[in-house]
Amino acid sequence: MRKAFVNKLTELVSKNKNIYLLTGDLGFSVFDDFRNIFPENFVNMGLSEANMIGVASGMAMNGKYVFVYSIIPFITFRVLEQIRNDICLQNLPVKIIGVGEGLTYGTSGPTHHAIEDIGIMSSLPNMIVLSPGDPVEVEKLVEESINLKSPCYIRLGKNGEPAFNSPNTKIEIGKGNILKKGKDMAIITTGSMLSTCIDVANDLEDEGISAMVVSLHTIKPLDEELLGEIAKKVRRIFVIEEHISSCGLGNRIAYYYAQKNIELKVKYIGLPDLFIKPSGKQDFLRKQYGLDVESIKREIICFLKSS
Amino acid sequence: MQVVSKLQVEDMKNISFEIRRQLLFMHAKSNESHIASSLSVVDILVTLYFEIMNIDPNNPYDPDRDRFILSKGHAASALYAVLAQRGYFEKRVLDSFAGNGTKISVHPERNSVPGIEVSTGSLGHGLSIATGIALSAKKDCKKFRTFVLMSDGECEEGSVWEAAMFASRFGLDSLIAIIDQNKWQAYDRTDPIQNLSLLKSKWESFGWACKEVNGHDFEELCDVLKDIPFKIGKPSLLIADTIKGKGIPEMEDKMEWHYKSPKLENVEKYLNSLRRSYEKSIRK
Repeated sequence: MRKAFVNKLTELVSKNKNIYLLTGDLGFSVFDDFRNIFPENFVNMGLSEANMIGVASGMAMNGKYVFVYSIIPFITFRVLEQIRNDICLQNLPVKIIGVGEGLTYGTSGPTHHAIEDIGIMSSLPNMIVLSPGDPVEVEKLVEESINLKSPCYIRLGKNGEPAFNSPNTKIEIGKGNILKKGKDMAIITTGSMLSTCIDVANDLEDEGISAMVVSLHTIKPLDEELLGEIAKKVRRIFVIEEHISSCGLGNRIAYYYAQKNIELKVKYIGLPDLFIKPSGKQDFLRKQYGLDVESIKREIICFLKSS
Repeated sequence: MQVVSKLQVEDMKNISFEIRRQLLFMHAKSNESHIASSLSVVDILVTLYFEIMNIDPNNPYDPDRDRFILSKGHAASALYAVLAQRGYFEKRVLDSFAGNGTKISVHPERNSVPGIEVSTGSLGHGLSIATGIALSAKKDCKKFRTFVLMSDGECEEGSVWEAAMFASRFGLDSLIAIIDQNKWQAYDRTDPIQNLSLLKSKWESFGWACKEVNGHDFEELCDVLKDIPFKIGKPSLLIADTIKGKGIPEMEDKMEWHYKSPKLENVEKYLNSLRRSYEKSIRK
């Protein structure tokens, strides 16, 4: 996903010199080429995230397209008030790029985990929250983000996630992306859990269960139209995320259906309201917390049988 | 060398008197705090808006205008009064200060009225934003200057020093930070909390060109602000020595006036005090 981000950014800057990338001292091996090709459009802000957000806000006031980049906790939790006052309150179209969604930095421990950021960033008025599911979604969403009139937060995983979309797939901010059709149930997911969810759906297919898979890359604003349609088509929905479910995508979808008085059987599969420790590799932690293919499949079949 | 005439100084004194008179009514009517913080910065604002900055109230969004950011947002009443006096909007807007449904709340909001560039209210934000504006001006080869007014207490915020380090690294000499050093913060004298005698050397060590000035002396203020940057290739820092509550002796240098507001029935009394201070200042 990082590669996809920097490739797209390189392409955009080659056409528009008003685009800037500010980084909080991160990007080794990711931005090496970018900073050589566009030294004027690249600033290593150093370890000063609060200042980075303020500077980005000031630059945006002067019509610059600014991307700020760091690891998720440092570019969200640490600078929450700067994001709220300097960017959201003044509705400036700064693009906040966080890397290491979910448990990407599993072994680094809870300081580096990003399992609350969807909730926190989504709580800010004016903020658009994006969590792409594969490198193609990253490219398309980053490209479209240039035209936004409001701030946005884009959370990325690492490198090497498989692509599920073809380069021609239509991907738009605010529109959920249906990767697989299905009539019995729907899986709605966000971020790089997409890969796991597609595996789950394929396995279920072998067992005669037809599952739709949606990459809801835009968490805010929610694609209410699509959620409404899904509710009409299937009566069982699974919201799956590598994030604390009670403050993540699950929370937002539950709120939407509750507000609309839509009665459905929805199962929320995500992380509990806990710091994840002891730490370990992402795959290990996913298994521990029931977010691997087998566990999810088991959970789904059990829910389908019992409801 | 005298850079402003006696007449100009007289004018600024008259304007400052008028602004302080307005502040009395604004705070009495709204019953809002922070009048002393506003009184403290009046003379600095009058100097900037009437003598120093390249601005045109009829064209408040001119891309080449000098920018002003009130980082100590709690003194916004003074900024509103100065902007109205300068012709950015009608003076009757001031009557709505901090009222229900007002455009001019206690802390300023970007573009709520012409002339408010940035939303502030939480301390330690303004300098970073000003730095971003100055950086993009440099990238665009624009000549406008960016002024930011902070409080002395505000320098306890860590983000101020992140911005200070960054601005000097980029040699942003179109950036001018002014510290309203009234030596009070919300719940204490500033000095035991931070050593104010070290303030200038701290900024110098961060790569800024620093000067000090009497923040209530128009000749001194004009003199020092007409000659910026203080050093080519460096951001400028001006420490303005001020008195919190300046102009109304009952409010001067007293912590409680960070919180109190004048009662409507006492406005006349304070107005007389203000008038006496003003008369004393013009006899100087």
